[in-house]
Amino acid sequence: MAAWLDRAAGEQNVFNFVASGRWMSSKYDVLVIGGGNAALCAAISARHGGASVLVLEGAPKFYRGGNTRHTRNMRCAHDAATEILTGPYTEDEFWEDLLRVTGGQTDEVLARHMIRESKDILNWIVEQGVRWQPSLGGTLSLGRTNSFFLGGGRAMLNALYLTAERLGVDVEYDAEVTDLVIEDGMFLAARLKRPIKGKTEIRATSLVAAAGGFEANIEWLKQYWGEAADNFLIRGTPYNRGSILKMLLDQGVQEVGDPTQCHAVAIDARAPKFDGGIITRHDSVVFGIVVNKHAQRFYDEGEDIWPKRYAIWGRLVAAQPDQIAYIIFDSTVVTSFMPTLFPPIGGQTVAELAGKLELDPAALENTITEFNAAVRPGTFDHTILDDCVTEGITPPKTHWARRIETPPYLAYPVRPGITFTYLGTRVNKEARMLMADGKPSANMFAAGEIMAGNVLGKGYAAGMGMTIGSVFGRIAGREAAKHARN
Amino acid sequence: MHGTRILDEADRLMTVCNSCRYCEGLCAVFPAMEMRRAFSDGDLNYLANLCHSCGACYVDCQFSPPHEFNVNVPKTLAVARAESYAAYAWPQALSGAFARNGLVISIVAALSMAAFILGFAALNDRSVLFGVHTGPGAFYKLMPHNAMAALFSAAFLYAILALVMSVRAFWRDIGTPIGGRADGGSIFQAIRDAGELRYLHGGGVGCYNVDDKPTDRRKFFHHLTFYGFLLCFAATSVATLYHYLLSREAPYPWWDLPVVLGTFGGIGLIVGPIGLFVAKMRRDPALLDENRYGMDVGFIAMLFLTGLTGIALLVLRETAAMGPLLALHLGAVFALFITMPYGKFVHGIYRFAALVRYAQERRSGAGS
Repeated sequence: MAAWLDRAAGEQNVFNFVASGRWMSSKYDVLVIGGGNAALCAAISARHGGASVLVLEGAPKFYRGGNTRHTRNMRCAHDAATEILTGPYTEDEFWEDLLRVTGGQTDEVLARHMIRESKDILNWIVEQGVRWQPSLGGTLSLGRTNSFFLGGGRAMLNALYLTAERLGVDVEYDAEVTDLVIEDGMFLAARLKRPIKGKTEIRATSLVAAAGGFEANIEWLKQYWGEAADNFLIRGTPYNRGSILKMLLDQGVQEVGDPTQCHAVAIDARAPKFDGGIITRHDSVVFGIVVNKHAQRFYDEGEDIWPKRYAIWGRLVAAQPDQIAYIIFDSTVVTSFMPTLFPPIGGQTVAELAGKLELDPAALENTITEFNAAVRPGTFDHTILDDCVTEGITPPKTHWARRIETPPYLAYPVRPGITFTYLGTRVNKEARMLMADGKPSANMFAAGEIMAGNVLGKGYAAGMGMTIGSVFGRIAGREAAKHARN
Repeated sequence: MHGTRILDEADRLMTVCNSCRYCEGLCAVFPAMEMRRAFSDGDLNYLANLCHSCGACYVDCQFSPPHEFNVNVPKTLAVARAESYAAYAWPQALSGAFARNGLVISIVAALSMAAFILGFAALNDRSVLFGVHTGPGAFYKLMPHNAMAALFSAAFLYAILALVMSVRAFWRDIGTPIGGRADGGSIFQAIRDAGELRYLHGGGVGCYNVDDKPTDRRKFFHHLTFYGFLLCFAATSVATLYHYLLSREAPYPWWDLPVVLGTFGGIGLIVGPIGLFVAKMRRDPALLDENRYGMDVGFIAMLFLTGLTGIALLVLRETAAMGPLLALHLGAVFALFITMPYGKFVHGIYRFAALVRYAQERRSGAGS
């Protein structure tokens, strides 16, 4: 009785509680698996739809929210400037950007639907307690297109959790799901590693899977990358092991996205194996050269401007021996990029630097001498594709090439940092999962990284992960509640 | 390497934060940090004194404990801030007062109140001490006005001198402003920012407590305390002017300006500190510098005591309790004055100086 009263008191609307039928049954209307942006948007939206909702977050409370913890902004279409956005970003422009970054590997119907819905998300997410701020220092290029969360992704999550709890959504942490009971494309129950309120099986009328990708599952990555995956660093949560994704695919849900691909950037090799987040990134490539463990250059460091250059270096380093590389520059450029978490490694001579990096000093000296000799005069401007080029070396440096000659010589060691994976569950416009035979599931929905591959077949543009999460989370919650309440 | 371990830790955190910057919209600390790539002792003390410990950056941080990066900015800056009070104290010989501040404040307050009671008892006849005095000059039957004015002026002027010398050391240590000397605009901006506690707001929702639910209680009760203190100060100042310019002697009727100001101020000084104390109890211990608990509570208690004895004196001034209550109130105020440079009071002075500096940096567009 006391527990019943506690629960009723926690409800914003006692009538909802009584009407939900939860007082007489332990079965929830909507079960949400996952605890990030997509999961919370789904939970809140399902609750708005009158459903009783349970959120199972596999991580402990501190680590709740998957990779949303590490995010900072969301890309939404809007027809006019706002308090925090410097100008309009039309649906068509958003679509063009998506087409460009994915090279056409997207589902146009779904993508355009998402872009349309993203306009309203700008307001809806604020109604859920999330606060915006203008783009952060050093990200002016996103000031028109992307809305930044005040305080970052964890602040956004905290606001969504407060709202969800206020609405009467039940949330359980450390709630690892070990099995899904699915019959003919119909979700029946989820089994738990650790009992919750004495139960190891949770039944629900609808399921929303919002449990992320599998980038933290090194064994799974090894299926495609071999032993090299041991040298990958995972930028985000260690809890995205893809277990829910695997259960769904194994039980007949249609897959989408290239399983062998992942989004990778070059991050500091000194970063922790997991969860180093955004602060381990390096964007100093254009200010120097990049060499591998044999002290040899392997790619044009001046190919393109941010953000494209940022996104290709993870993959490039992954293809080098031992998946390690070194960004080498000199003391003249140290203040040209954002301060870094780990200080650069330095030496008064190239040989001294090589010694500290455990590279062959003669080879590194030779590479730098050759590079310096190839640099042609030009006018340096890192904000445009400038005319500072090399001549006569392979690979060339086609922009921003300047001699590395002013000691101390400095270096950052870098490794591939995996952000997310593309493999997911196929969904339709209702965020409803499609089964392998193409039929929509009766009661299973997906949102967030677990279905991002529908829209994002490859590539990435800042803030798109959050858009996919919020838009499809909101849709999935609404549809799951509709199914459960009918 | 810095002078102290806490500054080393503050430097480590500012390096982490400067490579992230997610918190730059929350308060003044992070934008000020972004104007720098390296941090001197003075820079870190400047940042520490900009921080209100609202806790927003802690609950918003993806790297706060138990994450291995162990980022706890509010707590680290709270310790650094408290250590900066000792580092800049004048004269340096008295900086030790900050080490066991709660004890020091308690002893000084107790001695001060005891001294006034004993002094009153020694210098007055028993019938005067416990007599009922009314009408102009009633208080001065127990202690001559000139003696009172001389003693309190001396205490107050000493406090001002010590505070000026301390803040001067702080101002020098935080370096020559990037944009030049303190100008009127920056000072005006800092007065506004301090007056409204602009940055004590958890990024807009209030301070964070142990239950994850932000509230603005600290801001509200700090306003009551601060403006209560100012009103009491104004009451005393007006009364002094009445005395010397208009030759009107206290006590004044309840509707007269010094009493009205003092009554509202006294209520602020009673309710505000109680509220701050209760709010302190609800805060997440992870955010707090538990070793400075005594300093914080000592100052809150001194303000409370000042307000309580003042209001009690007002209510009972026409009874036989007036003499002892006057001694207690004067003892409390005297202790408050002489401990001002060696207790939590200094937080407001350093914060104000830091806000002036911050306004200067913003106006000069440094780092942008």
